[in-house]
Amino acid sequence: MSVVFYLVAALTIAGGLAAVLLKNLVHAALAVTVAFLGLALLFLSLDAQFAGFAQILVYIGAVAILIVFAILLTRGSDLPKDGVFSRTWLIGLAIAAAVFSVLGWAVLRSGPVLPNQSAVPTVTVHDIGVALVRRYVLPLEIVALLLTAATIGAVIVAMHEKGGSQ
Amino acid sequence: MTPLTAYLLVAALLFAIGLAGALVRRNAILVLIGIELMLNSANLNFIAFWRYGPHPEALTGMMFAIFSIAVAAAEAAVGLGLVIAIYRHTETTDLDRMNRMKG
Amino acid sequence: MIDKMDQVFVLLQHWLVSFLPANLQAFAAVLLSVIVIVLLFPALFALTTVFERKGLGRIQNRLGPNRVGPFGFFQPVADGIKSLTKEDIVPSSANAPVHFLAPIVLVVAVFMGFAVLPMGRNMVLVDMDAGLLFYFAMGASTEVSVFMAGWSSRNKYSLLGAMRAVAQMISYEVVLLLSSVSVVMIAGSLSLPKIVEAQNQYTWGLPHWYIFTPWGLAGFVMYAIAATAETNRSPFDLPEGESELVAGYHTEYSGFKFALFFLGEYLAMFSISGLGTTLFLGGWSAPFSALTWIPSWIWFFSKLMLSIFVFIWMRGTLPRLRQDQLMNFAWKFVLPFTLLNLMVTALWRFMGEGWERWVVCTAILGVVWVVMGRIEMRSEHFGPRSYRYAE
Repeated sequence: MSVVFYLVAALTIAGGLAAVLLKNLVHAALAVTVAFLGLALLFLSLDAQFAGFAQILVYIGAVAILIVFAILLTRGSDLPKDGVFSRTWLIGLAIAAAVFSVLGWAVLRSGPVLPNQSAVPTVTVHDIGVALVRRYVLPLEIVALLLTAATIGAVIVAMHEKGGSQ
Repeated sequence: MTPLTAYLLVAALLFAIGLAGALVRRNAILVLIGIELMLNSANLNFIAFWRYGPHPEALTGMMFAIFSIAVAAAEAAVGLGLVIAIYRHTETTDLDRMNRMKG
Repeated sequence: MIDKMDQVFVLLQHWLVSFLPANLQAFAAVLLSVIVIVLLFPALFALTTVFERKGLGRIQNRLGPNRVGPFGFFQPVADGIKSLTKEDIVPSSANAPVHFLAPIVLVVAVFMGFAVLPMGRNMVLVDMDAGLLFYFAMGASTEVSVFMAGWSSRNKYSLLGAMRAVAQMISYEVVLLLSSVSVVMIAGSLSLPKIVEAQNQYTWGLPHWYIFTPWGLAGFVMYAIAATAETNRSPFDLPEGESELVAGYHTEYSGFKFALFFLGEYLAMFSISGLGTTLFLGGWSAPFSALTWIPSWIWFFSKLMLSIFVFIWMRGTLPRLRQDQLMNFAWKFVLPFTLLNLMVTALWRFMGEGWERWVVCTAILGVVWVVMGRIEMRSEHFGPRSYRYAE
């Protein structure tokens, strides 16, 4: 495995760890943005150009901005009085550790039977477009409906209660 | 260790970190951040299998990841809208404090 | 000879790289192009600051700077020395790491956008299959840096300016993307060199630039409006208007960091103009087939400077829009019109060659433009002015 892979994987995992451990919420949001960037770079190293750029555009350009807006609108900049970890943090950590050990064991044990093509797939954006309107047209339309419903739902849920819109 | 195994391990680690974040933190928004990390790690799994699998021209893994990105963005929007609405009602985002159904 | 002039930079790059061993040649070629871009566009930025100040001055019936150098053209040197030697003040309650990183993130994201612009025939740094998507991904990354700058300053005015700027950039980003999608639909590719190739054909001496088609003209107008709003230029510069919010999200920056923000804003203007010329104005292709002997890179940079001139002209002429007017405009007029433009583009492609498609598309776009404009302006009262004098 190349040095680039180790660096980018370390960056992603560091970003994820910082996101769940930092006290300051905005710092946590910026750390998860770094994790998203690291993931986009991992996608690019796997020759998935479209997915990588879509990840940057959607996650860093929209989801990260949404998260920081929500933090600012809910006065997240003030530190909570009771600390940032919940009362049941030890059980949560134990569950996460158990999940990781099971997944890691499964991956390492099934090493020999996993596929291992090393030829680079020659997939162009044209192929993705053709696939979207031929084989995957039903998921495309359903995702369109889902996004419309989510937009309308988010606006209604976050509106002021007296009926005025923000 | 083959490249595929390395990517799968990174994805598993990221998933566990996201799960820990969702279970351990008090603030509702950080739970959502944990959920986004979990979704992203699943995407990484899909793309890794697509790349090293036998038929990359079938595009199944890439398509799944793209649709998952779209759905995760929609879910983040609705989830954060809910957090803002609940904050307006209960004046707090502390999940340990929101432990009763009556308003 | 003409071909050699056209490809002079490519040939120069090949000649310089040939001195190195074969396994380093690709890396050295890319490094050379990167160095050229990193040196050329800030130099163009320096020239543009002088043009802007002198241009605005002339529009406002005064001379611009004229003390430093012949007709004031060494003003950027003086500005550069000033920003490098000014004291770097960081507020004591500011969030130091985020405060430091914000201008860096902005400049890095903006420089990455130049990697996919075709500046001449065979003169694109990276010919990516999804080049346009890469450009918009880099554009989306600049919003994070704006927020970082505003939040880390611990200043209510900065935060407010940053929120306004981010809201404006998100709204107009959608318009930018949709107006580019109609170009992609007709050209059939997301790769920018291929889009320019598709426009590099001539009929009766006139080029096939997309701006000369009805949907292209409408798309270009929408793109120009969205580009002005994306780069926070007047008339959409409320987030950084000096009379409104001190300096918006870069209030608490001084010295070199402020110069980096300034550089980032102007470079964003260059790269978005570059993308606009590539998508709608034909990139490096000449306006008339009789003029193709002029090198392609001269055409690209002339069109770029023309777009910059139009930006400066708009800044000097139009009044600033209020934030709610700006958001209203985006969501209620520009976005529906861009969606309609997308459908008209599809109709254009569907109807096939001939004069009918020109008439139908122009009619649809023209009628909807006028009707929507009248609906948006229904509460304005135009007419002869009446003056009231103090008694």
